[in-house]
Parts: sequence; C-alpha cells; structure tokens
Amino acid sequence: MSLHPVTLKINGSLEQVNVPANMTLLTMLREVVGLTGTKNGCTAGECGACTVLIDGEPTNSCMILAVECEGQEIVTIEGLANEGRLSILQESIIEQGGVQCGFCTPGMLISAKALLDRNSNPSDEQIRAALVGNLCRCTGYVRIINAVHQAAAHIPEA
Amino acid sequence: MLNPHPGLPEFEYIKPASLAEASQFLAQHVGDARPLLGGTDTFVRMRDGFWTDKFLVDVKGLPGMTDLSFDQVKGLRVGAAVPMNRMLRLPDVALYYPLLAEAAESVASYQLRSRATVVGNICNASPAGDTIGSCILYDGVLEVHGVDGLRDEPLVGFFKGPGKTILKAGDIVLAVKLPVPPVSNVGHYIKLGRNKLSDLSIVGVSILAYPDKKVASGFHFRVALASVAPIPLELKNLTEVLASGKITPELLDVAAQAAMDACNPIDDVRGSARYRKYMVRNLVRRGLENIWLKLGQ
Repeated sequence: MSLHPVTLKINGSLEQVNVPANMTLLTMLREVVGLTGTKNGCTAGECGACTVLIDGEPTNSCMILAVECEGQEIVTIEGLANEGRLSILQESIIEQGGVQCGFCTPGMLISAKALLDRNSNPSDEQIRAALVGNLCRCTGYVRIINAVHQAAAHIPEA
Repeated sequence: MLNPHPGLPEFEYIKPASLAEASQFLAQHVGDARPLLGGTDTFVRMRDGFWTDKFLVDVKGLPGMTDLSFDQVKGLRVGAAVPMNRMLRLPDVALYYPLLAEAAESVASYQLRSRATVVGNICNASPAGDTIGSCILYDGVLEVHGVDGLRDEPLVGFFKGPGKTILKAGDIVLAVKLPVPPVSNVGHYIKLGRNKLSDLSIVGVSILAYPDKKVASGFHFRVALASVAPIPLELKNLTEVLASGKITPELLDVAAQAAMDACNPIDDVRGSARYRKYMVRNLVRRGLENIWLKLGQ
C-alpha cells in the first residue's frame, strides 16, 4: 500500500503526515498524532465516541480516511480548552455530573459544541436529536442534556 | 463470528483527475474497484469483509460532484458528493421538497449525515434506504457518467435487488436531479425503527400529495415503501384508490389495506414479515391522515 502525504490543521496547528490509504482519521489522530482524547468505540459510525469537527461539521472520524482530510481543519476534544482553561461546555458537564466512565464524553462534547455553534439556545428535543449519534451507557443522558442547557445559558449573546 | 472491531483491509486510494479517467479506471478494474462518496456504507461493508475491493476511487473532487442548486425551471440538482447536512441547509429543499427533507433528516445521526449523501443512499440500493422513496416520488433522475459519456437514468427501473442496480462497469453517478415539484405538494416520511431516532427502518413509508383537479378526489397521492420488498417500492394502486372518490376515513382504510396486500416483506433481525405487513397498513393509514391535515382538509 502506498503512502499518501496529507497536510491538515489539527486544533489550530499545521500537521504534515504520511498515511496509508486504509488509515482512518481516527487512527491517524490517536496513533500518529498522539491525540488519544478521541475514542474508538464501534468503528461503524454508530456510537459517536470518535466524533471530531471537520471544517466545523461534527463527523465520525472512524468513517473517513485520513487521506480524504487533505487541507481540512480538524478540532478534537483536546482543542476545546483554551490555554489550559476548560470551555464552558466542559465546565458544565463536570458541574452537572454528566461524566461517569467518560468514554463517550469527548464525542458527546464535540457534538454538543457543534449544536451550540449552530443554535445557541436549543430545546430539549433539539439537544436529544443532535446527540442521537452519541451513545452513553452510564448516565442515562439527563445530566448530559442538563449540561448542554447550562452551557447554552452561559454563551454570551452575539 | 466476524471480528467485532476489524480494521479496514488494505486497498489503494485513487483520486482521478477527470471523469473520463475515473470511468476508465473503474471499467478496467471490474470487481476490484468502486467509487467512494461519503463512505458510510462502504467502510462498514469493507470492515465486515463483505466488500474486498483493491481500489477505492474517490470521485468527490470531480466536476459537478459538489454542486447543489435549485431553480424554478430545472428543479433541484444534488451533486453526488453533497452531504445530507449541506443539502438540508439549502432552504429550497424544505420549501419545495418537504418529503425529501424529512426523509433525509431521519437518516442515522447528525454526524453521519455530515458524510452521508443522497446519491450514496440511492446507489447502495438498500431496500431500507430512507431517501430513496422521496426521490422516486419526486420523479428523480440520476445523471450518470460512463465510459460512453453522460446519460440520464430515471429512478424508475434503476433498482434490481438488494444492493443491485442497473449501473454498469465504469458508471459514476454525478447527481440526482428532481424536476420542479408539483405546486403545493406536501409530504410525510414515517420511519419505524427499533428506537425513536437513528435506527435503520423496519418499515419506511413515504407519502407525497398535491391538489389535482383532474381526479375525483381532488388530490394526487403517491406512496412508496422501504424495507418491505427487495427494492424500494412505489404503490401505484394506492394512487388510483385515493383518486377514485371523495377522501373519507373509509377510503383511507381501503388504501391502507391495499398497501398491506401489495407488499412482500421478509423476516430479518429488525422485524418479522408478518409484523411488517401490519405496520405497513397502520403506518400508511397514519401517514395519509397526517397528509390530509397538511393539505388543509
């Protein structure tokens, strides 16, 4: 299998990597770049643990090849905090107790961030619909949904 | 038992520079190469070992593939590489093709729809494909590039069985085109899954309707079903039944029973054939009532 050079931005910094054709973005992030916050759950696009932002759109990173990401801008869970300060969403999920085992949390927060980026005041139903592709086997979702509401309430008016 | 967490098998990634080159390559590697769009079906099939292609031909960068446009003469053109989320952000889609918008929104999850495409949904030719029924009812036509150049393929007659279409070696679907829709059309897609959101359908019911003074009922209805036959199924007899006279609760009952009688589902992991048949009757009845309200009746 030949290697393909890929240049892309990850959490604001430019990266150049050589990847085999069959390497997913998920594997590249975890095993080449060393960003292990993004989790590998089902590798079938169902659990959402691997969700990252690609050019602002939440995407299952297990369902896209690294080589397809040439020139794109990726944000992972490691990119949410700013200079060591957790984002409002991260603070909210801690305060609301929306983390138990934590495996779903990175993907959940990325999906929630994408939701709040397009709708700063979502209803319960809109939050549930936006997070439907992120499975959590611990919390029962209620505290996660509360955390998204809390974060929305703290978003400064545009 | 399949490995529950397999990686992707080895393959080569090809990014052709032109449509001609892409079609040529696919035609020369029959059985070993397939076009790659969003990959949401492809990667699952490859990980599970069902597809063993040596080459994935990424056609998303080819001319016209990412175009999305609507105008009042030509209608809607959705390029094959347009993800569903991007399509749904075009206001004309919900305004003029409400059935397509509702069906697309029912597909999997938001982040999967960042990659999934309508053309991919069609070409995968799953009987469960959520957006296929709506594209059939809006008289969709596929723009196809093959080794002999461009041609149009209507969706009627396109499907040959689960995963099987009339596409030939070297064919690449560039877009799905939906003509200008009937004025004041309303639509409803009902998806019965094992859970409320995100599952594959056990039964999918697409209904389109619009005022039509030429028929006795005053309305033209079209109904298509997913997951109840080897291919997506339009029930033409329902159009006749629902044109035949004044729309009454009794006529809706007759139509729902006719839908149940016309489908031929199988037992599978998501539901039994018998259950599906009853659900077709109940959901068609429920869908027709919803449509009737939307028509302002």
